[in-house]
Amino acid sequence: MNRFQYASPVTKESAVELLGSGAVVLAGGTDLLSLMKADVASPDLVVNIKEIAELKGLEHSEGSGLRIGALVTIDELLQDSRVQEEYPSLIQAADGIRSAQIRSVGTVAGDLCQRPRCWYYRHGYGLLAMQNGSSMVVDGDNRYHAILGNGGPAYFVNPSSFAPSLIALGASLKVSGPNGEKEISVADFFQTPQSEAEKEYKLSDSEIVTQILVPAAGGKANATYEIREKEALDWPLAAAAVSLVMQGDQVESAKVVLGHVAPVPWNSDEAAAALKGKAVSASVADDAGKAAVQQAKALSRNKFKIQLARVAVKRAILRAAGMEV
Amino acid sequence: MPEFNWPESDRRWRIGKHRTRVDGPDKSCGAAEFTYDVKLFGMLYARMLPCPHARARVISVDTSAAEAMKGVHAVRVIQGPGTEIKWAADDIVAVAAETEEIAGDAVNAIKVDYEVLEHFVFEEHLDKAPEVNPAQEQTTGEPAQAFSDAKAQSEGYYGCGVVSHACHESHGHVAHWTDEEHLTVFSSTQAVTGLVGQFSEALEIPAANVRIICQNMGGGFGSKFSADRWGIECARLARQTKRPVKLMLERGPELQIAGGRPSTFARVKTAVDADGNLTGWDSKSWGTGGPSGTGSPPLPYVFEVPNRKHQHSSVPANIGPSRAWRAPNHPQACFVTMTALEDMAATIEMDPLDFFLKNISLTGVRAESYAEELKLGAQMMGWKRKWKPRGQNGDGPVKRGLGLSLHTWGGRGHQSNCEVLIHPDGSAEARVASQDLGTGTRTVIATVLAETFGLRVRDVTVRIGDSRFPASGASGGSTTVGGVSSSTRRGAINALEILLQKVAPELGVAPEELEAVRGRIRVKASPNRYLTWKQATGQLGVNPISAAGSNPGPGKLIDSGVAGIQMADVSVDIETGITKINKMVAIQDCGLIIDMLTAKSQVYGALTMGISYALCEERIMDPVTGRLLNDDMEFYKLPGIGDIGDLIVHMMTGPGYDERGVIGLGEPPVISPGAAISNAVANAIGVRVPYLPLTPDRVLEALEKGGAA
Repeated sequence: MNRFQYASPVTKESAVELLGSGAVVLAGGTDLLSLMKADVASPDLVVNIKEIAELKGLEHSEGSGLRIGALVTIDELLQDSRVQEEYPSLIQAADGIRSAQIRSVGTVAGDLCQRPRCWYYRHGYGLLAMQNGSSMVVDGDNRYHAILGNGGPAYFVNPSSFAPSLIALGASLKVSGPNGEKEISVADFFQTPQSEAEKEYKLSDSEIVTQILVPAAGGKANATYEIREKEALDWPLAAAAVSLVMQGDQVESAKVVLGHVAPVPWNSDEAAAALKGKAVSASVADDAGKAAVQQAKALSRNKFKIQLARVAVKRAILRAAGMEV
Repeated sequence: MPEFNWPESDRRWRIGKHRTRVDGPDKSCGAAEFTYDVKLFGMLYARMLPCPHARARVISVDTSAAEAMKGVHAVRVIQGPGTEIKWAADDIVAVAAETEEIAGDAVNAIKVDYEVLEHFVFEEHLDKAPEVNPAQEQTTGEPAQAFSDAKAQSEGYYGCGVVSHACHESHGHVAHWTDEEHLTVFSSTQAVTGLVGQFSEALEIPAANVRIICQNMGGGFGSKFSADRWGIECARLARQTKRPVKLMLERGPELQIAGGRPSTFARVKTAVDADGNLTGWDSKSWGTGGPSGTGSPPLPYVFEVPNRKHQHSSVPANIGPSRAWRAPNHPQACFVTMTALEDMAATIEMDPLDFFLKNISLTGVRAESYAEELKLGAQMMGWKRKWKPRGQNGDGPVKRGLGLSLHTWGGRGHQSNCEVLIHPDGSAEARVASQDLGTGTRTVIATVLAETFGLRVRDVTVRIGDSRFPASGASGGSTTVGGVSSSTRRGAINALEILLQKVAPELGVAPEELEAVRGRIRVKASPNRYLTWKQATGQLGVNPISAAGSNPGPGKLIDSGVAGIQMADVSVDIETGITKINKMVAIQDCGLIIDMLTAKSQVYGALTMGISYALCEERIMDPVTGRLLNDDMEFYKLPGIGDIGDLIVHMMTGPGYDERGVIGLGEPPVISPGAAISNAVANAIGVRVPYLPLTPDRVLEALEKGGAA
């Protein structure tokens, strides 16, 4: 492990001043430490933001909804009674993180900023894992890799548990940087890198996520459904989050976002369109699931994920409509 | 000479009872010291540089940058230029440094040039293997005739991949030279006694100068019998630096180079007559255990089909070498056999329970036990009530199924020596150079000692895990409980004999008229004439009684050969391919049980390990680099408590079992889970998923193919 400097500022302004090329942000550290131990991340400076009081806390307000500070842990979110009431989708996503340790120190914002779990990336072959001009993922074992948005060169899947749900709920992020504060929708935060120089999210080395803003649910039915092999801690093979605006028993509008199937959280307009104007039923939900994976393309080892993504969408819709199987 | 036997059932106050493990509290609260915990004054930390290629020739090694680093004390090239490396993560250079971090940095600073060579890591594709070593065909009876006379035939393909041992505590040692000629090694080992010779030979010092210590260890499963190259290098680094050195494998290398269970793939045909009697077996199997291939699993397993033919091919592959994995070859053989038989039962539309019972005489000497256990298991599972023909259980996407399997193992106690001491103050002690793999060795020895002396278990002391104690066998093959219980029993009987002789005059009877019961030495015929244990030992004078006991030895205290059956109840979601265990029933015999809770815990642990290799554990090799892709606990998947369902364990005891004496239990219950669970999944979804682990991709693929695999 490379030697690095460590700083522990108490304001976000001083944190931003410290950040820059070669610096990393330490919050829960559940991902950063493993990246550093594996020599995948070798920062010169680690900036601990846990002492910054204004990044703590979770607030509800009638007009603007839910504000999740960057230091709010997964456990804090899980235990919030209003989140439980209004955003079952977030609770279900948090419940999928089956590690008491990660829940107690890992943060919701950190979940968005964690790096992909692609085993080529984690073994030091780079985010795009190119070797001699060809993708190791395509030539290698890609059972856990992307089925959507996988035209290359990125084939990893976005690992975030909360992103699909936050995008479906229309959430945005507050980001502090040298030029002050800006707001960016969670959907726009993520990107598919086109070269090794790019990251999978739009956060420069001198910026930090300070808050997550989730609009008031306003009676929107919302749910997340994850498909994991194990009950114990395990990465989902596919996940889907939905948010439904209902008009009587019909869907007026829908947001359907898939997780763990593409280099970014995958917003499916096709699935949303399949729901619009319909009353939710098993067959309507299944149609939406089919629509969500219409464009999916299997790599050599991950055809099964197409089926899983379809089922995740179907079951998330049924769960949101209170019709869980 | 005293008689060497176990007490009759009405005279067992300690043996066979439910007792919390004597070292349980220490382990639960973290007081128990494992090799990983050992920290000696001035100790250095060693790390090894792993080869990144599955097959390569070392061209050059440049260690200069590492050697120049501050805090680095020694750099040793383990496999230098010219060496052909045959598996990824094999160790190239070892470094000892002040801290683990410096050792890691030093390893990263070493430059090695390799000539990368072609590798082969996918042995399932036999046609692509550069080397295949077919063994001779083994034929019994007239298989060709049996197949041509058959009323029905069934044919299938079955495979289980390589799994790693994945011990909780990784492999490793702390080597400490107490002077230039004397070496003490703290080892995470299954062979305290056995390691002495390995270190003395490699380090060229007398065996008498080597001491091995292992007070606690976090799992071995057959992978920790050797000092290993890294253990020897650890001792060499310690000798070179004149400092204690600790070398424990990191998780990645642990999963790659510290042992694995060989794979087995097989094409099997079976035949039955019109009554459903098994008449024919024909199998062609292959597998790998690393660069030297692997031996043949015993096929067909347990069922001695009268007409049978078997051929096994050993396939060398560029993966870390196999080591004995809990019941070597049995889980694979059991999986191939019991799945093929269940497929036959489905072919002839017979309940597999009836099919197994119908053919139970083919299991040989243990047939009666199997039949008894199957019937009992069926009751505990509610088999007859719950079982339905394939694919007919469940209306929604979740299908339910039942499966069963049976297994055998030897488990005769190994060579063991025990010194038993009775001190004048009444304390009693057993010393054995055995080891506790986490299985309850201390509890077993304490129970036997306490029973023999009529004391409470907490009144006796057990000392193990030090090669300075009397030599005892390695803990492998379920041999420890038989070995240490019988050597302890003999030593304790011998020690008691001396004590009884000493105190007999005071009680005015011959020594053989006395017994040690409930903390007293009393006259058998008139129990009110007694000395308390302390009064008795108080007559010893200055020196304790020291008596020896060995195994083998006089009297029948142990036996070999067990039967066991297991049944699984699963739910499979046919939309996701995910299998959940609802319940498993394990019925097991192992002769006389020393401690019931310890025995049951063995079976619970084995079921958990079995569920693990049935549902999620596998080595995933990279086609591009030949490296293990899941060399971490994130993707080398193990189940958690929520994944293992309801486990029901029943031990067979009483007449027919107890009088056989003590038999080992470590291996048998881990053999059947893969087969039982695979059979339950086939029963649930209507098709065979031919491969373990039963991951969602394989379940969905089998469903899509509709069983045409």
